[in-house]
Order: sequence, then structure tokens, then C-alpha cells
Amino acid sequence: MSTRLATGGRLIDRTTPQSFTFNGRSMRGYKGDTLAAALLANNQMLIGRSFKYHRPRGVVGSGVEEPNALVNLGTASRLEPNQRATTTELFDGLTAVSQNHWPSLDFDIGVLNNYAARMLPAGFYYKTFIHPRAFWKHVFEPIIRQSAGLGRAPTEVDADRYEQAYGFCDVLVAGGGIAGLQAALSAAKAGSSVILMEQAPNWGGRAPVDGDLIDGQSAEAWVAATVATLSAMPAVTLRLRTTVAGVYDHGYVLADERVADHTPGDGRPRQRLWRLRVGRIVAATGAIERPLAFAGNDIPGVMLASAVRDYVSNWAVSPGDRTVVVTNNDDAYRTALALKSAGLEVPVILDARATATGDLPMRARAAGIRVETGRAIASVKGGKRVTGVSICVQAGEGAVLEEIACDAVAMSGGWSPVVHLYSHCGGKVIWDETLAAFVPDTSRPPINHDGRALVTCTGAAAGVFDAGCAIAQATDVGAGVMPLPTEKHTSGIQPVWVMPQGAGIKLRSKMWLDYQNDVKVSDVQLAAREGYESVEHTKRYTTLGMATDQGKLSNITGLAVLANALNTTIPDVGTTTFRPPYTPVTLGALAGEARGEIFQPLRRTPMHDIHEKSGAYFEPVGLWRRPYCFPKAGESRVDAVTREVNNTRQTLGLLDASTLGKIVVKGPDAGSFLDMLYTGVMSTLPIGKCRYGLMCNEQGFLSDDGVVARLDADTWLCHTTSGGADRIHAWMEDWLQCEWWDWQVYTANLTEQYAQIAVVGPNARKLLQALGGMDVSRDALPFMGWADGTLAGFAVRVYRISFSGELSYEIAVAASHGAGFWQACFEAGKAYAAMPYGTEALHVMRAEKGFIMIGDETDGTVIPQDLGLAWAISKKKLDYLGKRGQERTHLASPDRWQLVGFETLDGSVIPDGAYVVADGSNANGQRKTQGRVTSTYRSPTLNRGIAMGLLHNGPNRLGEVVEFNTVTAGTVKAKVVDPVFVDKGGEKQNV
Amino acid sequence: MSDPVSALGGAAFTGFADIKEIGPLGMITLRAKTDAAGLQSAINSCVGTGIPESRQILHNSVRSAAWMGPDEYLLILPYVETDAAIAAITRLMAGSHHLAVCVSDARAMFRIEGAKADQVLAKIAPVDLRALQEGEMRRTRAAQVAAALWREHDGISLVCFRSVAQYVFDILRVSARDGSEL
Repeated sequence: MSTRLATGGRLIDRTTPQSFTFNGRSMRGYKGDTLAAALLANNQMLIGRSFKYHRPRGVVGSGVEEPNALVNLGTASRLEPNQRATTTELFDGLTAVSQNHWPSLDFDIGVLNNYAARMLPAGFYYKTFIHPRAFWKHVFEPIIRQSAGLGRAPTEVDADRYEQAYGFCDVLVAGGGIAGLQAALSAAKAGSSVILMEQAPNWGGRAPVDGDLIDGQSAEAWVAATVATLSAMPAVTLRLRTTVAGVYDHGYVLADERVADHTPGDGRPRQRLWRLRVGRIVAATGAIERPLAFAGNDIPGVMLASAVRDYVSNWAVSPGDRTVVVTNNDDAYRTALALKSAGLEVPVILDARATATGDLPMRARAAGIRVETGRAIASVKGGKRVTGVSICVQAGEGAVLEEIACDAVAMSGGWSPVVHLYSHCGGKVIWDETLAAFVPDTSRPPINHDGRALVTCTGAAAGVFDAGCAIAQATDVGAGVMPLPTEKHTSGIQPVWVMPQGAGIKLRSKMWLDYQNDVKVSDVQLAAREGYESVEHTKRYTTLGMATDQGKLSNITGLAVLANALNTTIPDVGTTTFRPPYTPVTLGALAGEARGEIFQPLRRTPMHDIHEKSGAYFEPVGLWRRPYCFPKAGESRVDAVTREVNNTRQTLGLLDASTLGKIVVKGPDAGSFLDMLYTGVMSTLPIGKCRYGLMCNEQGFLSDDGVVARLDADTWLCHTTSGGADRIHAWMEDWLQCEWWDWQVYTANLTEQYAQIAVVGPNARKLLQALGGMDVSRDALPFMGWADGTLAGFAVRVYRISFSGELSYEIAVAASHGAGFWQACFEAGKAYAAMPYGTEALHVMRAEKGFIMIGDETDGTVIPQDLGLAWAISKKKLDYLGKRGQERTHLASPDRWQLVGFETLDGSVIPDGAYVVADGSNANGQRKTQGRVTSTYRSPTLNRGIAMGLLHNGPNRLGEVVEFNTVTAGTVKAKVVDPVFVDKGGEKQNV
Repeated sequence: MSDPVSALGGAAFTGFADIKEIGPLGMITLRAKTDAAGLQSAINSCVGTGIPESRQILHNSVRSAAWMGPDEYLLILPYVETDAAIAAITRLMAGSHHLAVCVSDARAMFRIEGAKADQVLAKIAPVDLRALQEGEMRRTRAAQVAAALWREHDGISLVCFRSVAQYVFDILRVSARDGSEL
């Protein structure tokens, strides 16, 4: 059984016990434990079920590489699935639930899949997608959905906040082991600013566990001293619990800091995503031990040899009383020695190599441990935990020589340098025969903008495993000096991947490569037999390395098996691509602060607060929020809109038009510039006057519209649509900066400088006169004129323009006075029953007048000529943006859908988006169409449905009755009419 | 006419740094080429500084001139002075192609103060604050919106568009919450 040892544990604080639950069972651990260590200390070996076959699984590793020990961590608003128990710090009150089990972890019905393993071979999905077709939908998919899957997705809103932060440095060191610490020290001494990030909550990496000596000091003492030195250096920033997740071009790096994962609910942001821009990166990311492929290597209790000694040394946890060590290299002997010195039994070390004569094997023998060379595990005994191993000759086919009882197996297939960060931006790796591992090819690093290496590996990540050599190399790498080739200290590894060498299919079908995705040696071999030669194809066909651990354990062994099956070598097979992130980054961290109120910026007009207080119902217009209508208590929105239209047409309405784009254009060439931008002529507009204008893109399609006012000899003010202000300003600057750079024109976007209020209705002038201060009479300020002056003491500019057909003034006042002026208008407007109206009333009134709306009547395929706006296009001008586009045959053709009005025969409202149907069907069996509705409303003024729309040759078909489709069934009949429904002569606005 | 009202009426928040909205301030966008005749005297007459160099902000007591682009300057001065200043620019740059407009009301301005003020900004603006010197004008973004910032009086001044003042205040407030120091 696994248990807590009476003494030891360099990372735990036995004076601070902590309680937690696993699957509802109360357990105890210590501060400093990982969840995995605490579970093992409580003899909880079985932690989850595998993805596909629901096999019992336990802890394999002790770090980020862990494929099995994934849990649902936390509950309710703090539930997070797929959390690695090996990297989860224990805290008091932690709640974890195992994943992928049903009905319970101990008795799982899905384990039947295990017996049906032959039914789920490699490429199962691809095969069943194809044949038999109906089976996929009705048989396979429902079964797989029921049984497969990892954690449960949270259903509640995340209780925590996340944030992001920007950082800059000359040298980023990823990894706080001895190589990383030394590289950081060396870089800082060379005058660089340094950020050092370590994913674990403690410094030092493996060296303290492995008992390395540095300059005659213990690694532990050296690490403490070096961290103290670094902490005192002002140009060095140290961050624990921070994983460098991804390296991108130009020294851009993402790193995930787990600020409060271990202190949930303390008010701090849970995680912080660092967005770094760095000069260069030192990857001191260490190495990950590889499993060996033998039958039953996934049974709980079979662990990486390094993990076994981590648990003993770091957390004083014994994975078992009797541990068999199986290896192809010397390094695993450290585990045997560590177990022995902790007073635990190591019945045998099975070494696949013919001889083992290194220092470590000799020390093991001297310690009295039985060492058997040329031996392998034929199979592991046990179900939910290891009960023993049967031993065979590595060179044979698995005939059992001996059975040994044990409760844990420590395996080592050698070490793989963590070259991920080196590879993210294209650094190449090379196969090192003596290490039997891919190491960074220092002649082909990822290249920075200056042609120098963006990432350099050091220490174990560079294949340098000896502490002394790693320190020497890290000193050079940290200082930016090309390190001298180091003496190779190998563990005498022999590239043994599968044991025994001649294992038959029965054994190979029980040898797991990818624990998390349940990929076995036999699956990769099947893929090779079926013709998958490329490693990338094999990966996808078998799903090897595609789980949340991204093949950190399975990669190399899988490649080796594939190479063997293809009768080639590992370097010939090559690796799959390492892509960011190195370990999963939660979506919350990627979203950062952007949630709730600050999910996106909301633009507010100066009167926004007043609208809110008066109960406005808002709608989004770009990032603005505009009042759609102002419902009174108990009033529906439809009724509110009707009331607002009627009140405006009958007496007085006020609209917050502040969002309207206002761009000032000034200069000796401003007139010619505007003549190019607008389809009409703006250069001839007299000072003091306004003119309606259309803007098209180069293709000729209508892009924006608005009223232009001539302010003085060389200054114009261009009003744009609310959503178009920034776009049109950028459009102007684009032409001025890139095409007509020698024209003397300056623009400025003054949209937010002014609050703008439309005063609309028969009593509009009376209100302005009541406010007092300037002459707004018909003669002094005629239709399409503007004037500067004061109203009620406010400095204003008054434009006499109308988008409703009523007598109407738009009044611009400095935004800082907007709220005050708005209130002054209502105060004075009480006498005329003034009411605010919203965007819907605005839309209805303009539709009653047949005024087009950008985005309703236009959709990027409509030209002004389609909308009966040929009058706003100058025939005299040589050129304007869109002119040549509009001359293309299809656009110049009279045979187009063109604007008309529609009146339903029964007075109903045509559904939004309805098409005018035509006779017959097209090649796809769809009803043919001859037009569509673009704006459709109930007109309060006419008390019936009115609509505008585009109809094939529409203006020639007035009086004709056409049919619109509906969503439900049948059609609506409507008469084709002129689009101006109210006050055709324009008498109301011209009083 | 009532007193001008800034976007948030002087909202303030104290976390690990002090955030407050200030204003209204007078601001003028002045567009002209660096060598435009009269530019130097126009800037000098409005704010009493020279022409700021690329990415520079010059101060003269409560008045400042900032470089916003190769042909754009921002003049900061008391709110009530803008009309007179624009009139002066128009007079001094007569015959010289330029544009001078009041943008006082189009902007909101914040002060971020305290020993850890930089950390607040480091969470929302992609700026290397270690390298931001006194006298440097930095046009950047604050989370999702445009912003400009500079060091002044042991703190940072940040200007953004008026319509997003509440958003900027909220991201500053969230970023300055106690316990979230970098």
C-alpha cells in the first residue's frame, strides 16, 4: 500500500495538516503536498478511469507530464475539470472528484469496453465514419458519447476574476531548476534585465531530489543561496507558479501565473496571463522521464522511477512497501537507492541491458539490492493496483522465469529533454544516439528578428544531465555566450522501448503508450500495417499524443514503436510538431479582465445616465448603447414607440443624436477632397448651408450617408452614421495618407466633442424660441441651413435638418454641457408635452418619409442608383470614389432590384427579411425571388403596415400587387407604391 | 450656461493605487506640419512651450503640448482658455495650412497615483513602463480602447475618449484591486 513515511519530506510542513475530500471521502495531508502526494499518502492509488476502455488508472508521474491522475477540482462556481493532481497544490478544504467513472470509481460499468477492446481498434472513428454509414449516427456515436470523455464541464459562472499583465525583459529564463537559476544569475551579472519563471511552487527542480552537489554544496543549499542572491538584484524578477506556455515570433511569450489556485476565494485574481516581450529566452525546462512499454504498464502502482523518488524525497510518501525497479539506464538506480535509504524494500532491479556496470548500479549492488540484467517485465499482475510482476528475458518472447510480489513498479525508459519552447517558433531537434533522445540542434535554433537565436536551451533541456556540466553551460547560455560542447554524461541508456523484445500480440495489446487516450503498442503497429508512414498521420489515426497531456510521456516511445514497425529509425520517422501551450491554459486567463461590465467597452453619450434613470430600453449601435424607446410604467415597447412617433408628429419629440459621426475636414484642398469622397458636389456648398451626401466604396456600393455643413471658406463638417464615424474617419485618412498625400487637407473626428439633440415636431421652433438667445425663424434659419448662437445660455450650433419629415433642428452643444442642455430642453418643453424618443421611433418616422437607412436599405451590394438616389450623384464631376465601379455592366444595367414602397392589402406588417416570390423554382428546388423587404414597420401615422424594399425593375411597377413569403406559411400580398408614405411634398418640414 | 461636467464627475477609487478622474480640462487638437509657419509661436502663445519632438510632452505649469503624430499635436490648458487659444492659433497661423479644434469635451482624463501606479497600467497597456521617462508621450491602448499616457507629478496621467470613460475607470479599478499587485 502507499502511505506516508514517518520522517522526511523536504516540501511538506508536518505542523500544518490540511483536510480535503476525494470522491466525498475525507482525507488528510500536509501543507506543501500536491494532491497526488496527499492521495497516495492516504493509500488512494486508483484515481481515475481511462478515456476509452475505462481501465483503472493511478498516478504515473509527479509533474506536468501526468496523464492519468486528472480530477474534477472544486465544486459549483469553482469546478474545473481535468486538473492534474500532480501539479495541484493541496489546500485546506480542497474537493476533488475522479473523472470518467460510472457509476463509481471502484465499480465502473464502462470497463466492459476493456473486454471489447478489439471492437475499438486504432482508427475506429475513421473506419466507422465511412461504413456502415447509419451505424455511426445511431449506434457508435451514442455509445461513445455515453462512455468517453474526461471531466465534467462547469455549469455555473466562474466565481473568480482573471487578469493579464504585460512584461518586458532582456532575458526570460523558463524553469527555476539549477540550470535556470544559474542562467538567470549569469544573465543578470552580464547586465541584462531578467525574468525567471518556474512552474512549480518551489525552486530547484530535480537537483535536490537527485542529491546533486554544486561547488561542494548540496543542491538544496546552493538553490537557497542563489535564490537569495537573485532576489536582491533589482533587474531580476522571480515568479513561482508561472508556466511559460508559449513562445511566438519576435520574442512574444505567454506565461500563465497561478496566483490563487491554492488559495481559492481569497479575493486575488485566480490566474494571471503574462504577455511578455523579451529579447531572448533561455529554456531551462528540464527533461521528462519516459515509461517503458510492457504488458500491464498502466495498472495503478506502476510509476515513473523519478516520480517514485520524488514522492519519497519531497513528500515522504511511499508508493509501496515493495517496489520493483525496471529500467534501460543507470538513472533509475537512484530510485532504488532512495527507496532503500527510506527503509523500503526493493526486491529486484530488472535491467533490460546485458550489463550494468556504472557507478549507480554498483552502489545499488553494494547496498544489497538484487540486480538482474538482461531481464524484462513479462507482465504486471493486478487489477486496481499492482500485486506483482512476472519476469522474463528481455531478448525473448515473454516466457515467465519468475514471479515477484510487489505493490509498486518504478520504470525508466530514459529521459526526454523538454524542447517544447525551443520548438514553438521553429527550432529544430536532432536525435542524440548516446542519450537516445531528441535534443536541440544548436545549429538550427528559432531565429529572432536580428538573426540570433530566440531560444537557447540549457541543462537537461539541452541534454546536459550532469549538474556540474549544466551549471557551466548555463553560465555561458545566461550570459549569451555560445557554450562549449560539454562532456557527455550519459546514463548508459540502451534504446529499449518494448519489453520483452519479441512480445506477441497478446502482450502488445496490454502495453500502453498513451495512457490518457488509451493507445497501445498494438495500435501504432496496426496503423503502420495499414499504411500510415507519416508520424503526423499516425498520431491522428491512433490519437497518440492528442490528449490533454499532448504526449509528454508517449511521444518518443510511440515514435520508436512506429520506427520499428516501419523498419526504419526514430530520426527518420521524425517528431510531431510542438505547439503552444506547453500545458493547458484556462480560458479565464485568456479572457483576462474582459468579463461582466468590462467584457467590452460600452460607449455612453453625455445623456446616458439621464436616459437610464428615465427607464430607457437600450439597443446596441456599434459599441454605443442608444435608447430604443422610453417605455412608461406598464407600457409595452411597441406602445412606447407608437406614442413617441405620434407625440413627435403632433407636438414635440427630442432625440439624443450624440452618436452621430462628426468629422471636420479643413484645408485648401478640402473641397476637392470631399468631391472625391461624396457622389455629389460639396465644394460648391455655400457657407452656412447643409447638403445631404452619399459615400461609396471603390466598387461603387453605398457605404455611408449624412449631412455636410460648410463652416467656412476651407472647412466642412461631415456628419456620418453612428456606426460609421470611426470607419469613415479612417477611410478619409487612408486616402489622404496613402493616395493623395500631397493634398492639403486635415481631418479631425469630433464625434465625442458634441452632444447633439434633435428637436423635432410642429412645436420645435417654439421650444427653441422659449429657450431663447438666437433667431431660429424660417427666414433667419431656413431648411438646410445652420447657425452658431446661444440657446438658454448654452453655446450651440443649430442645424436645420430633418430625418423625420417634421420641422426639425439638430443642436450641437459641447459634451460637457450635454446633460444640462438636454434637461433645459425638457424643462422648457413641458409646455409642448415634449417627450424623448428612441431609435425605433426615429426608424419608423424616416421610413414613413421614404428615407433610406445605411444597413437597412444597403448591405454592401446596393448602389445609390438602386435606391432612387441618382439625384444625389453628380453627373458633371469627372470622378468620385465608386464612379468607375458603378459603370461596370452589371451595376450600370437598368435590370436591377430597385427601391419601392410596399403596402400590404390587408394592412398587416410584412415580416422582416421577407422575399418577393417569383414564379418557378431554381436548380436547387428553391422558390425563385424577385425582390426583398429592407425596412418594415407598423406606421402609427397611417395605422397600417408600411415597408420599403428592393424589387426587380421596381419603379416601373407601381400599382402592381406582389407576394411576400412568410416564416409560418403562405404569402402576404402587397401593392407596389412610392416609398414616401407621409407628406410627399415635404411641406411639414419646410415651415 | 451651467458649469461643464466631466464624463464621470470626478469619480475616484483607492486600491493598491489611487485612481481618479479629473477634468474637465481644455484640449486642442492642432494639426500642422512641424515646419508650418507660425506653429512655434502658436504653441508658445497657447501653452508656453516649444514644439514637442517625436513622442514628447512638454509642460509649462498647468499647460502642456504633446506630440501625437508627425502632423498632430495635443495642447492641454485650462478648460476656459480654449476659445481664446484657438483664436490665437488662427491668427498666428493665418495663411499656413493647419487645423485647430477644441476636443476638451471629447476626452476623459485619469490620474493613477501611488508607489505601485505602474502596476495598474502594466495590466492594461502593452507598454514597457520601466522605459517610460518623464516627458514621454505614449499613445497606446487601455485594454480594448485607445489611450495616451505620460508620467507627471509622481503619477501617470491617462487620457481616453469621453464615451468610454466609465469602461476605462472600471478596468483601472479592477486592475488596482488590493491583493492583485504584480
